[in-house]
Amino acid sequence: MYKIIKAEELSAGVQSFIVEAPLVARKCQAGQFIILRIDEAGERIPLTIADYDREKGTIQLIFQEVGDTTKQMGKLKTGDYLLDVAGPLGKATEVENFGTVVCIGGGIGVAPVYPIARAYKNAGNRVISIIGARNADLLIMEKEMRSVSDELFITTDDGSAGHKGLVVDPLKDMIAAGEKIARVMAIGPMVMMRGVAEVTRPHGIHTLVSLNPIMVDGTGMCGGCRCSVGGETKFACVDGPEFDGHQVDFNGLMSRARMYHTQERQCKGDGSCHK
Amino acid sequence: MQGGRIMSQVKHKMPEQDAQVRRHNFNEVALGYDAETAKAEAARCLQCKHAPCRKGCPVEIDIPAFIQQVKDGDFVAANSIIRDYNNLPAVCGRVCPQEDQCEKLCIRGIKGEPVGIGRLERFVADFSLGGTCPLPPPPPEVKIGKVAVIGGGPASLTVAGDLARMGYQITLFEALHTAGGVLMYGIPEFRLPKDIVKCEIETLKYLGVEVVVNAVIGKTFTVDELMQEEGYDAVFIGTGAGLPHFMKMPGENLNGVYSANEFLTRVNLMKAYKFPETATPVQIGRNVAVVGGGNVAMDSARTALRLGAENVYIVYRRSRDEMPARAEEVEHAHEEGVIFQLLTNPVQVVGDENGWVKGLECVQMELGEPDASGRRRPMEKPDSNFVLDVETVVIAIGQGPNPLIQDTTPGMDTNKHGNIVADDDGKTTKEGVFAGGDIVTGAATVILAMGAGKKAAASIHAYVQHKKQG
Repeated sequence: MYKIIKAEELSAGVQSFIVEAPLVARKCQAGQFIILRIDEAGERIPLTIADYDREKGTIQLIFQEVGDTTKQMGKLKTGDYLLDVAGPLGKATEVENFGTVVCIGGGIGVAPVYPIARAYKNAGNRVISIIGARNADLLIMEKEMRSVSDELFITTDDGSAGHKGLVVDPLKDMIAAGEKIARVMAIGPMVMMRGVAEVTRPHGIHTLVSLNPIMVDGTGMCGGCRCSVGGETKFACVDGPEFDGHQVDFNGLMSRARMYHTQERQCKGDGSCHK
Repeated sequence: MQGGRIMSQVKHKMPEQDAQVRRHNFNEVALGYDAETAKAEAARCLQCKHAPCRKGCPVEIDIPAFIQQVKDGDFVAANSIIRDYNNLPAVCGRVCPQEDQCEKLCIRGIKGEPVGIGRLERFVADFSLGGTCPLPPPPPEVKIGKVAVIGGGPASLTVAGDLARMGYQITLFEALHTAGGVLMYGIPEFRLPKDIVKCEIETLKYLGVEVVVNAVIGKTFTVDELMQEEGYDAVFIGTGAGLPHFMKMPGENLNGVYSANEFLTRVNLMKAYKFPETATPVQIGRNVAVVGGGNVAMDSARTALRLGAENVYIVYRRSRDEMPARAEEVEHAHEEGVIFQLLTNPVQVVGDENGWVKGLECVQMELGEPDASGRRRPMEKPDSNFVLDVETVVIAIGQGPNPLIQDTTPGMDTNKHGNIVADDDGKTTKEGVFAGGDIVTGAATVILAMGAGKKAAASIHAYVQHKKQG
């Protein structure tokens, strides 16, 4: 059992849990994820580690209430428990002093970008971050991102915070202004990651994206998270989750993400899929 | 001949659920002997002094001795004889390929059928369980060493049990949320009820084995950390064959294509057959093709039927004679209505405009000269392509070793397939590190993994005691 030390709502439908998971906290690195299960009837879902405290033995998980499991997690409170937390899983982000790196987080994707931006910053990189959301209410972790970035751009679809538009807009401006970008890390909805990859592709800027497909075990055993990268099938859980955004077959991934839409409609997030 | 009566040339039949009923439920297919039938079957044993059957058993159970006790009606004594050799008799009585092992060498098999050794083992084990979990004698209190066992499948459970009984402090690290390995995620409920596996694991816990779930070695800990920082005298790696192979054919990433590992894990471990009562779904079409001819393929096909598929095909490139699955599994699948599409090889999965499977394009095969495996090599018949109309495809063509541990354990050699190199006693090339089961041999059987575990346990004991005296 893994105790939720602190549960708090970051924005409408976006929750943060600080969870006691000492074996994960002692080893985890930026870019890695865990698999959790709420209870005996629960499914196994992957969540990226947003932050960790090795001394206290805790990790931070940030999630949006979108599926059956995350909706039920939204009902858990400080002091409640998760039945299983396994990890850290996946390969850690490659961190060196590359020069100038651009970290882009869209929606809930800001959470996994944060520890990566921090790691880049600590390695001596100049970190330019772009975070975006549909509106100001849904924007998360602005303060944290500002603390690890040399420059921070904010975009919202409706202009209620920062620039009105998409996260790729400031990126395009930077490239047009001749900014020398060593690499881009983009995490967010699949259309956003694909959009970023298309912007950087013609300029040959190395672009990494972090994938979050459907998984069961998270250790390479089931192959449910497979994706085509550069024409080769990879398992996001062990070969990733980060891949070269210019090589990823996003259309295939988006199609695979719809695999259980019929079944998901049967679940109302009220515990009906899961007693 | 005994008492002037001619003994039956055939095994006593074991009652089974009717094929038409069982193809719609997940309850166990074979129902086991009752006491009278068990005694009668035991009476067929000739009690050969040289006991050829034992030589066929990877853990060398004293088969004539336990059968004698069954014949005499002392099932408790029979159970304690088996348990001296085998930690998981209720499991082995169900899933061992006895026809290739003990029963293959049975003298009764020369004229007629061999003694039903597997059925008797199952009877004795189930009798001893009696619907409950019996507690073994307590292990020694003074601990003579500390050993980490990685993986929770048959090889690891055997090592953990044997060493705990000898007086070792054992920690078993399991990557999933429950120990049992392939016994939990792979073999279906209708062949091996999960309560039996859970009982065996409870027995280990009673012996003092600490089971740490959600611990992915190579990630949560490395092998070096276990030895250098966590104070383990030795490490056993029994992580099995967990990496699914795919065909590398076009369309394999379409929605509706599963590896057998994923398909079976969803159903067995995550209980997707109870969805939406459980939260893990599984997608099953009306028509399902399972690619492969082994036990995992049979398990997948029979599972698909139970999930409600109407037509389930086994697509296998050779003929029935070359199928690696146990004859009994093939027979059961056949009785339940699985359609065998033999001498057929898939060439691509055909998708619809939304990215879903709508067919499996196959080519017909014919058998040529024997290949390296001694089986006749299948060759494509020109212009014989056809499409099977299916909505689900399960790829069950085998599994390889998961590289997580090998990649993070310097000094431990692997072969070209990625399997850990270990000698007959389970010693790897790294001091203090032992390995056994599928991670060494490649995908094989539960009992072979247990046999490897037995040898490794003895070898670990010798190593640790030698080191402590040194």
